Amino acid sequence: MATLELTLEEEIQAQPAKRGRRLGLLFWAAIGWIVLVFAFAIFADVLPLPSPTDMDMLDRRAAFSAAHWLGTDGLGRDELSRLIYGARISLVVGLCAPIIGLVFGGALGMLAGYFRGRFEAILAGSMDVLLAFPPLVLVLAVIAFVGQSIFNLTLILGVLSIPASMRVARAATLTLSRREFVIAAQALGASHARILLRELLPNVMLPLFAFFLLGVAVIIVVEGALSFLGLGVPPPISSWGSMIGEGRESLDIAPRLAFLPAAAMFLTVLSFNLVGDTLRALTDPRQGAL
Amino acid sequence: MNKALLSVEDVVVDLPTPRGNLRAVDRVNLALGPGQTLGVVGESGCGKTMLSRAILQLLPKKAKLSGRVMFDGQDLASLDPEALRKLRGRSLAVVFQDPMTSLNPVLTIGTQLMETLQEHLELDVSAARKRSVELLAAVGIPAPEQRLMQYPHQLSGGMRQRVAIAIALSCEPKLLIADEPTTALDVTIQAQILDLLAREQRRRHMAMILITHDLGVVAGRTDEVAVMYAGRVVERAPTPALFKKMRMPYTEALLAAIPKLDAAPHTVLPAISGRPPDPTRPIKGCSFSPRCRYAVARCHGEKPELTEAETPAHQFACFHPIETPVAVPS
Repeated sequence: MATLELTLEEEIQAQPAKRGRRLGLLFWAAIGWIVLVFAFAIFADVLPLPSPTDMDMLDRRAAFSAAHWLGTDGLGRDELSRLIYGARISLVVGLCAPIIGLVFGGALGMLAGYFRGRFEAILAGSMDVLLAFPPLVLVLAVIAFVGQSIFNLTLILGVLSIPASMRVARAATLTLSRREFVIAAQALGASHARILLRELLPNVMLPLFAFFLLGVAVIIVVEGALSFLGLGVPPPISSWGSMIGEGRESLDIAPRLAFLPAAAMFLTVLSFNLVGDTLRALTDPRQGAL
Repeated sequence: MNKALLSVEDVVVDLPTPRGNLRAVDRVNLALGPGQTLGVVGESGCGKTMLSRAILQLLPKKAKLSGRVMFDGQDLASLDPEALRKLRGRSLAVVFQDPMTSLNPVLTIGTQLMETLQEHLELDVSAARKRSVELLAAVGIPAPEQRLMQYPHQLSGGMRQRVAIAIALSCEPKLLIADEPTTALDVTIQAQILDLLAREQRRRHMAMILITHDLGVVAGRTDEVAVMYAGRVVERAPTPALFKKMRMPYTEALLAAIPKLDAAPHTVLPAISGRPPDPTRPIKGCSFSPRCRYAVARCHGEKPELTEAETPAHQFACFHPIETPVAVPS
């Protein structure tokens, strides 16, 4: 008995040191970039930046200079501030749409996985229908119909991300709700609501959050694609996608106008993917058994 | 026995499977008085766990239950879900086999303990916390205050099972069902956990059903033993009477299959030959007859009923009970 306790004490102390190291430098670099983009997007109004919409027709496609750090675009607007204000759009759409998917998809998926039966069958069927529809075509059709605005764009992309989140939540709930601790909770007199919220949600949250980060990356790309096609945010608001689209016209003269927003998007999407992948690996049940 | 706390009357559990109906529990009758211990023994798949789930009314959704489970004067099967929910945890508690899976991996020990206390006893946070520390100390966990903040994976198997017991005991239940509480544990921890259960049972005057596949476990720790085979109780007796004179060949075979410490090295363990019958294909005769070394023609054609032995409170289901206890090779 005494020896047992001793070994346990040591185990406990050895625990915390191991965790931080496993994440790796790449993970922290990705976190650093995301924090940087967020900081710029949030404090864009306070930063000493030229207006992203003021045109200077005498200074079109200017090279890098002290006045315009990253030069100007085809209409003489400051490229850096357009990038930073564009980050706002990408992040707002890129975060809000997956949040809609996370909340609704997660809730529906957990209910389906926990209660099973006819509710699950109907839900899974309708989600399959939604998944089978080519998403970009659907977005194009809906946006063309309801009109271009950030709100509409976020909403439709959010609805489109519900099925995938639902599947992740349902799959996780299905396996978890057969585990003994759920029966143990029932045996202790827990209600359905309490089992769902207190026992299952903290467990489902981990894979769902990792999936959410991957979703952010996908949505940022989709928003970019839509803006590139001219169906994203309406001008003169800048977004990375629309900047790439505008830059395309002067690829031969000033290729940086297309490449700078593309690079920003690439780095951001890569960062979200890296963080999401690392978190998913951390919460993988095969490793989580310790 | 005075008025029974729990009585299981003609309980049948049927599970529909793709291969046909599976009768997991077949007409089981049991009774248990307050403060008493009943051992349920049998090999894997004989219906022990399904019986405990039937008592708790926690059977899989597809399962069909018939018969009555009377607990404290109430028929559990007829209670509405809300009343049942209040009863579970409060008066009826359970400890599961595997403490690795019966605790929620992402909640701290403290959260899991305090939740039950807050729900059933309506304690506030500080009172629940104080009580949790007392409970952890009572089940022999050192430094209970620190443990409250830890997650299940930071504890060893034995510690986890102690936590699971603490959670089960938290609301002073009248009946504790221990479903193979030591099977997943190391042999040295087994005795500690069983002693802990026995001690807490005496202290709280709580009834207990100890489910196990090990006759050795029930020997010194139960008042009565029910031996189950293929969903049926095949022998039932007060523990001393059973070990003094067992009548059912299956019980004898189970006992003979326990490894002996003093046996010579390389002694062949007398295992029970064959496998339990397929529960989806009911056997016409005694379900143990294909494996029984005493079986005669009648055993294969007719099912023996549970009958009274000459010793009081001893029942067995066999046409050819063992008359003189065969000396178990020792």
